[in-house]
Formats: sequence, C-alpha cells, structure tokens
Amino acid sequence: MIQGIPLTHILIVSTIMFFIGVAGFIIRKNLITMLMAVELILNSVCINFVVFNRYLYPDQLQGHFFTLIIVAIAAAEASVAIALIINIYRRFSSIEVSDVSEMKN
Amino acid sequence: MTTNVLMFYLFSSVIILFALLSIFTRRILRAAVYLLFVLVATAGLYFMMQYQFLAAVQLALYAGGIVVLIIFSILLTHHIDHKFENPRLVNVLLGCGIAIGGTLLAIPVIRSFPFKAHDIAPLDPSMQTIGNQLLETGKNGYALPFEVISVLLLASMIAAIVIAKKGK
Repeated sequence: MIQGIPLTHILIVSTIMFFIGVAGFIIRKNLITMLMAVELILNSVCINFVVFNRYLYPDQLQGHFFTLIIVAIAAAEASVAIALIINIYRRFSSIEVSDVSEMKN
Repeated sequence: MTTNVLMFYLFSSVIILFALLSIFTRRILRAAVYLLFVLVATAGLYFMMQYQFLAAVQLALYAGGIVVLIIFSILLTHHIDHKFENPRLVNVLLGCGIAIGGTLLAIPVIRSFPFKAHDIAPLDPSMQTIGNQLLETGKNGYALPFEVISVLLLASMIAAIVIAKKGK
C-alpha cells in the first residue's frame, strides 16, 4: 500500500477517470476518440482492481492477474477496432459516426 | 507532507487533468498524446503500489503499444492539423450531466463504506511468483485464463489481418 494514502482517495480518482471516459464516449462522434474514451474506462477499472488487491488482500495476487488480463484484452480489442476503423475509412472516406449509417434505412 | 503523498497527488492530478484534456481537445492527435500522459501516470501509480511488473506491462503495452497504434490510425485517416467541429450542445450537456451526476452519486457511497486496509505481510510480487502462479493449476493458479487469453490474442490478431487486408 502507499504510505499515508487511504484507499478511498485512489478509488475517487479512478471514479472521476471512469466518468470522464463515459462523458467522452457520449460527447465525441469520432470512432477513434470513442475508442480512446473506452481505453480510459478500462484503465480506471484496472486501477480499482489493483488498489483493492493491494489494500485489502495483499497476500494474494488476484487483482494483479485480473489487470494483466484486462490489459491483454484491451490490446486485442484495440487492434480489431482499428482494423475495422481503417476498413470503414476505406469505404466511406470518413470515420465520423454520423457518416456511417448505410445499414440504418 | 511526505514524498509519497506528494507523488500520489501529483499522479492523480495528472491523470484527471489530462483525461479531461483528451476528451475536450479539438485536435485529435493531441487527444492521443494526452491519453499517453494518462496511461504513464497510471503506470506511476502501479509503481507506487510496488507492482513493478504490472507497471512495466502498462508502460510497454498501453503506453507503448496501444497509443502508437491509435496514433498510426489517426495519421492514416486524418489530416495532421485536422480540427473537430464543436460537438452538439445536447451531447455536451448530456455527457457532462451523466458524468457529474454519476461522480456525485458514486463518491459518497465510496466514502461511506468502511474499507479496512489489512496489514498482513504482503506477498512479494516478484517475477518468480507471478510466473509460478500464472502456470499453476491448483489454488492461486491462473493457468486457464492464461491459455484462454493466448487463444484470444491469436484470434484477434488473425481477425485484424483479415479485416484490414485489401479486398479484391
């Protein structure tokens, strides 16, 4: 644990970061910035896992491994999402969400 | 105020400030660079909690891999000095409203719960412990998630190549 820092302070930081990510997901209409907002959300969840592991159960490593696996999944998700985005750009010449609505009507 | 406390507040203010900037900036390349700062500050938090391996993974994979991937895709799809139009006011109000409301709802709950930090001797998260637990099948073993994640990585790698390949 970090000497002199209570658990709640770190949780508050990660909560604020989580909701900044949610706000960014709603505000931005560009696929890459939305992907970045998702990365923010995943990252704040990772901080939560690590902090709970370190402060409440320091004799185990469960949160540590959860975070490792989340990082790996985030990498897989980002690579597939960026492949999709580049394919969308090739077809529509734009990656704004509002321009990609071919299947709507 | 000790160095520890000072460093923690430095890292958290960097995280919050640059997260806000990466959401609200109008230049997409700057948003990616601000995201990089957020991820590096998170790695700093992991270092402060003495999870050195996790911090190294965070730096190498997130800050090194994913941000570079995002910057590459930005350079492939945008002009370098591309600026967004201002987002619609409805969206801004909705996003900020949900964020502020959610934060105000979550923080009192977190503060009111009596978390008790344990003082038992921490397990040394050295490379040897991590490696042993990652390949163990019994108690405290994570062999199954390790294998599943490797299959997932292979599948997503093939999927990314197939999707991004130029069709005939």
